[in-house]
Amino acid sequence: MNWVVRRIINLILTIIISVSVTFFLVRIMPGNPVDTLIQQYMMQGYSYKEALTAVRALISYMPNEPLHIQYFNYWKAILRGDLGRSITLATPVSQILGFAVPWTVFIVSISLLSSFSVGVLLGVYAAYKRGSLFDHSISLFASISRSIPHYIIGVVFVVFLAVQLRLFPAYGAYGRGVTPGFNIQFIGSVLYHAALPVITYVVTTFGGWMLSMKSNTISVLGEYYVVAARARGLPNRRISLTYVGRNAILPLFTRFAISIGYMFGGVVFVETIFSYPGIGSYLSYAIGVRDWTLMTGCFLLITIAVVVSNFVADLLYSRLDPRIRFTAK
Amino acid sequence: MTQLIGAKGLISLRKGISRGLQGWASELKFTFKILKRDRTGLVGLGIIVFFALMAAIGPEVYPLEMMPHPEDRFLPPSLEHPLGTDFAGRDTLAQIIHGSRSVMAVAFLTGLFVVLISIVLGISSGYIGGKFDMLMMRIVDVFLTIPSFPLLVIIAASVNRTLSPVEVALIIAAVEWAGLTRAIRSQVLSIREENYIESARCLGLGAFHIIFNEIFPSLKPYIAMNLCLTIVSAIYSQVGLYFLGVMPYTSVNWGTMLNIALYRQSGLLNRKVWPYLFSPVICVVLVQTGFILFLHTLEEIFNPRLRSEEA
Repeated sequence: MNWVVRRIINLILTIIISVSVTFFLVRIMPGNPVDTLIQQYMMQGYSYKEALTAVRALISYMPNEPLHIQYFNYWKAILRGDLGRSITLATPVSQILGFAVPWTVFIVSISLLSSFSVGVLLGVYAAYKRGSLFDHSISLFASISRSIPHYIIGVVFVVFLAVQLRLFPAYGAYGRGVTPGFNIQFIGSVLYHAALPVITYVVTTFGGWMLSMKSNTISVLGEYYVVAARARGLPNRRISLTYVGRNAILPLFTRFAISIGYMFGGVVFVETIFSYPGIGSYLSYAIGVRDWTLMTGCFLLITIAVVVSNFVADLLYSRLDPRIRFTAK
Repeated sequence: MTQLIGAKGLISLRKGISRGLQGWASELKFTFKILKRDRTGLVGLGIIVFFALMAAIGPEVYPLEMMPHPEDRFLPPSLEHPLGTDFAGRDTLAQIIHGSRSVMAVAFLTGLFVVLISIVLGISSGYIGGKFDMLMMRIVDVFLTIPSFPLLVIIAASVNRTLSPVEVALIIAAVEWAGLTRAIRSQVLSIREENYIESARCLGLGAFHIIFNEIFPSLKPYIAMNLCLTIVSAIYSQVGLYFLGVMPYTSVNWGTMLNIALYRQSGLLNRKVWPYLFSPVICVVLVQTGFILFLHTLEEIFNPRLRSEEA
């Protein structure tokens, strides 16, 4: 099967299954939220019919129709971009998420790029200095920090760096007195508020990049073309950049997909701890008040973000490494 | 029993068991040899054993009393309360110890479930191949793509009652089985092409014999290492679920303690909350570190290149 076709099938299947899972959990499970909602409305004195229309306004499909028609209508609504209305905030979910998505994408992309660069640089350095004290300590630190949950690091940072030492803001995406727009104060404030979430991500994820960059670099250093380049007397800087670096970094791009998924998954914790107004914060708010439409909306949007960025990462990778397009099956 | 498999069968079964035990003994011996050289691995093993013991016998020796004593709110650590008290004057150490039981139980059970699911699905997918394999791999791809923690969150939130450790472990395993399944499947694919499997097939040995006696033994190290990784991520997910308050607060869990300390007792501002807030933080860090250090040693034990140098 063609590689690109396979990626597209995966993209479509993932979205179909995620949408079906949310439908299943919200509609088919015994004691599901939709049935509960109808009962709640009826206890408030609504007639069954009024309760149905009230619920329909929230979930965008009629809950008393045959199941397959409900499922079909759910899909129709989603394809129109209608994720229902938030039960507690009384606003369309898509509108709420429209405000939240840019912040999340901003945090995740900056964190991914920073942790990638930090990891790659440290990895190359550790590979050149392998066996040294620096190599041993940074490698140990990398493998331990990688296994410590985001929320643990986040809690420690918010307590010490934000609240106790007041080095960084503890909540929000920008300062209160700043007017959003293209001005220096606003951009500065946004970066300042993003710092702690980004550092949390970098501390917990740079280890993966660093360790694989280190082992790739070590194995590339043993290749004959590097020896040959040395023998030709090329400057060290050029060897490490164009001969070693480029070849060692290539396999890392295959890990981008997994890393993106992990980061979007951790957004629930990082944004909640730093009260950052992204999808993760809304997801944890929705869990707290059991706001089902908002919860499933957040989940679907996170999934779509992951699927699309995976797809883009894969396409870019196939551009970078032509072997993928021709040999990988 | 003798009638069922015949005297010959019984003898070979006995032989098999004793050979198996000998194998285990020599493997254990080797493990200790490496552990002796490798201090960090020993530290890791020590931490794991410490928390396993805490979970197994701690709750029996150190009783948990959940009756509030408002006059003892937020006491600093003392001889009577080694880790101080919480917002209701209850002993923090008791909650840590009783919490360790649910944390460790869920972690090990999740590891067990994920390993079992992956062995069955991974080996059958790799061994049968063809259409079945293709279908399985498409499903695996999807599960690897869907961000697993948000999926876990909405599944756990939709269960409207208190869950036992087995149920929590099953839910976590249901979103985390795909990675190991795929890895085992590709291992099986490469082992399947080895000459010794080919000769076993030529000898007319059955599929079961080939899978369990020829393929499975070479997967063991791989599975042991992934068991460690699965446990690490199970602790992440589980403590995270309680931390977010997705599941009802009935059992004492480190995640529940974190949530209460941070969001109900303003642990951010009030320094008196710190012993209660940082006790679970330090425990999570220690357990995760223990498993990772031990994993490093496992890698050394199972990596044949290192083995030939050291043995």
